[in-house]
Amino acid sequence: MVAAARAISGKLTGFVAGDDFWRGVVAIAAFLIFWEAGSRSHAWFGFSFPWVSQVPAPTAVLQAMFRLVQEPSFWNSTFLSTLRVFEGFFAAMLIGIPLGLAMAVSRTFFGISFPVFEVLRPIPPLAWVPASIIFWPTQELSIAFVTFLGAFFTIVINVIGGARAIDVRYFQAARSMGSSTWDIFRRIILPGTLPSIVVGATVGVGITWAVVVAAEMISGGGSAGSMGGAAGGGLGFFIWNSYVGGSYTQIVAGMISIGIAGYASSAALRKIGNLMTPWLSEN
Amino acid sequence: MVATNVSKSYGAGEFTKQVVQNCSFTIESGKLTVMIGPSGCGKSTLIRLLAGFERASSGTITIGGKPVTGPGLDRMVVFQESALFPWMSTYDNIMFGPRARGEDTPEMRSFAELLLQKVGLDGFRRKYPSQLSGGMQRRAELARSMINKPDVMILDEPFRGLDAMTKRLMQEYYANLYEEFRRTTFFVTTDIDEAIYLADRILIMTNIPTQVRTVIDVDLPRPRHIEDITENDAANAIKMKALGLLHEEAMKSFAGGSKAAADFIDAYSRRMVKG
Repeated sequence: MVAAARAISGKLTGFVAGDDFWRGVVAIAAFLIFWEAGSRSHAWFGFSFPWVSQVPAPTAVLQAMFRLVQEPSFWNSTFLSTLRVFEGFFAAMLIGIPLGLAMAVSRTFFGISFPVFEVLRPIPPLAWVPASIIFWPTQELSIAFVTFLGAFFTIVINVIGGARAIDVRYFQAARSMGSSTWDIFRRIILPGTLPSIVVGATVGVGITWAVVVAAEMISGGGSAGSMGGAAGGGLGFFIWNSYVGGSYTQIVAGMISIGIAGYASSAALRKIGNLMTPWLSEN
Repeated sequence: MVATNVSKSYGAGEFTKQVVQNCSFTIESGKLTVMIGPSGCGKSTLIRLLAGFERASSGTITIGGKPVTGPGLDRMVVFQESALFPWMSTYDNIMFGPRARGEDTPEMRSFAELLLQKVGLDGFRRKYPSQLSGGMQRRAELARSMINKPDVMILDEPFRGLDAMTKRLMQEYYANLYEEFRRTTFFVTTDIDEAIYLADRILIMTNIPTQVRTVIDVDLPRPRHIEDITENDAANAIKMKALGLLHEEAMKSFAGGSKAAADFIDAYSRRMVKG
């Protein structure tokens, strides 16, 4: 009883009091101090550290962020980027999952589509930017398309791999118990592939953030860029604009915002994924 | 269920590997037939043929007079390792067969309830297979097969890999289930004690390419108890006879360079010295 109680309370306090937690705290604190000292080295020590002295100090970035979160245009940028990420991401899921399943299930379809898929896959999404600006009628659509490509290939590859890895005995067992082909697809292949779909989605959304920011920078912020001015074209355009305007604290503040947004998207997807695959987590 | 002159080989030309050769036997209705043979002799191949997952190279397999052409509801296979669907709870796994056939009826649901109780998993109906112990998984799988009321149950070394205690409990569980439902059963094992405890008839198989070497009838009264089997003279006589035959087959396999056979011979000779 005592041992069990200790184990439970140990689990609760384990994270906060554990060695790993404190190592993390010390590491982040040391990093911030080094960064702050490096940025202010000229004022503090009378000489400039190489490279680090060019970067705005963390306290300055924090001030910039405080200012930014009170501006509606910053939130508008964040909203626009998030919207593009999820437009592209959902399109990639909507097309990628059925395509991956079809490629895994049908040998004929796989034979036809996989070579084309494999030729297109290594092309970096950003290499598509100029072509998609030409092909798509609006800037907005071309950014969404490039974002879509970022997640699409990862999702398809994961779905194919997941569906192929399902144990043969599950199919044999289902078939002996009288399952039709549709029943096997619905109750064996679909749930059997679900964990890989979740992995593909979580990785895919991360890539999507990387791609959307670069696409916004290259294409000039999309249609909203001209209307909303500096902060109207998404976080990528916001960073680019801050660079052009010489506001270095805003560049770093924008970078941190993307980091937070990307982390939040992945965490949300992981959460949804865990809810959809309860047999993997409950023990 | 009858197998007549069944042969199966893999590969082609000079690389042909004959696994089953001219094998004939009968799985008698309402009886528990146990097949025992040296490791790697082709028992699992025979099971895939009986189940209809693979076709024999020659010979015929019939069930109730009709030839076996593919997997069917009249035969249920319980695999060596758990093939429960990991994404379904115990109850959903058991109800898989009825739902696949659109038979999610009140009768089936109450049969599922009965089976859950019979295999002692009533309190684990909502658990996923990964949350069950090895023995529980095997019992859940037995229930999942039995709900389909197959004409023949085929079990491929179902208790392999369980620890000694669990294995013994499972054998007792299984013997009770069999004695209650008396479903025609084909049970494959490498464990001679398990074979004698469970079987009505024992098929002793030859080394690869396999065929039936001898059929031994086990007419020990039911219900049986594991303790009685170890002390019963008739049971021991059967055991000695079976071990002698298996030893001969293992020697052939050993001559062919099988490590598993060498292990068997080693254990056998030690047992003979002790006995």
